[in-house]
Amino acid sequence: MIRVRGLNKWFGEHHVLHDVDLDVARGEVVVVIGPSGSGKSTLCRCLNRLEAADSGEILVDGVPVPAEGRALARLRADVGMVFQNFNLFQHKTVLENVMLAPTKVRGVSRAEAERTAHELLARVGIAEQAGKQPARLSGGQQQRAAIARALAMRPKVMLFDEPTSALDPEMVGEVLDVMTGLAADGMTMVVVTHEMGFARRAADRVVFMDGGRIVETGEPNAFFDSPRTDRARDFLAKVLTH
Amino acid sequence: MSALLDHLPEFWQGLVVTLQMTAASFVGAAAVGLVIVAMRVGPVPVLRAVATVYVETLQNLPLLVLLVLAVFGLPEIGLKAGLTTTAIVVIALYEGAYIAEALRSGVNAISAGQGEAARALGLTFGQSLRHVVLPQALRTVVQPIGNIFIALTMNTSLAAAVGVVELTAAANRVNLLEAQPIPIFVGAGLAYAAVAACAGFVTGRLERRLAVAR
Repeated sequence: MIRVRGLNKWFGEHHVLHDVDLDVARGEVVVVIGPSGSGKSTLCRCLNRLEAADSGEILVDGVPVPAEGRALARLRADVGMVFQNFNLFQHKTVLENVMLAPTKVRGVSRAEAERTAHELLARVGIAEQAGKQPARLSGGQQQRAAIARALAMRPKVMLFDEPTSALDPEMVGEVLDVMTGLAADGMTMVVVTHEMGFARRAADRVVFMDGGRIVETGEPNAFFDSPRTDRARDFLAKVLTH
Repeated sequence: MSALLDHLPEFWQGLVVTLQMTAASFVGAAAVGLVIVAMRVGPVPVLRAVATVYVETLQNLPLLVLLVLAVFGLPEIGLKAGLTTTAIVVIALYEGAYIAEALRSGVNAISAGQGEAARALGLTFGQSLRHVVLPQALRTVVQPIGNIFIALTMNTSLAAAVGVVELTAAANRVNLLEAQPIPIFVGAGLAYAAVAACAGFVTGRLERRLAVAR
């Protein structure tokens, strides 16, 4: 579904992504972990070209990601994204947030978009919040609304860029539950996260990044129980002891 | 006082022209401002450059100079239009630069994540501007745009200098007959103040009504 080859990205002098190769199969859940500044968010944002890579190629469903314009917009319509800061449209209600892209991008009728939106809001457990402005919701509810908004486009793949990092601890669970449900339903997912429990539970494969490179990748139980590289062992020792 | 009351029809006529010019040039300025800000925050370097040059040029020239140039210069190159129409177009182009800058500050006040989320959903740049970024930007700049509206109202008086008989020119004509500048221009000033007060009232209401919780 996603194929990345030789991806390089610089922010000025800083080499953020270093010859990154990544494959994500249809229906696969890949969780990307690593210390802050390891390039995992940048990798995620390159996949739908919110960041433009400096070299390398990215194919989504066999098609190279277009550089710009309507072709890029069409590709993004098929790639859902969930952000750390939710980024719900502040001037619209939760329902309108979910309806906007299907009506404007897909040309779905308002009635049908509204029906789908209500279904999706029920699926993520916030049906009763549909008429509210995003700022009236808790962080966890906002993030679930953002997931519903992305799902409304019926994406082929979902990207999650640290979806629980801005949440109060008590709200992390409700968002991870929704994501675990999605994974169980067979959604293709790339998840950048610090939630090791989620990685172990929901991932088909864990990708460990450090210093802009993919250092190690493997099946979650094997990775967490017996990491092969020193760097991964060191990282896990730091995050898992707390 | 009688100087004022004896010439109410002339004042009224002048006020009507002022209001017409204000309304027409504000609508034009709003359209110009929207186009310029879309170019200026957009992804196309050439359009960004054109919009920047436009804003810098129009903001750095006095409106009176532009009015005189248009009224005397355009007929030279074969463009002929009525005085009032010419003045409306010039004021619209001039104030459009200010509206574009007010809107741009509004766009900058909206978090980058809003536009990113819109584009990540497959909206084109134009759609994300229209449905997500500008509606929010506009809400944050209601007050500055109200101020531009008031400045624009006052600036229509410069059209008197190129022969449009609006409120200021009408007052001037009456004064030539009556030679009582204080009541005559105080009267004209009060009329401008009333327009400005209405604008202030409307922007205050709009600002409260459009406020978005964040």
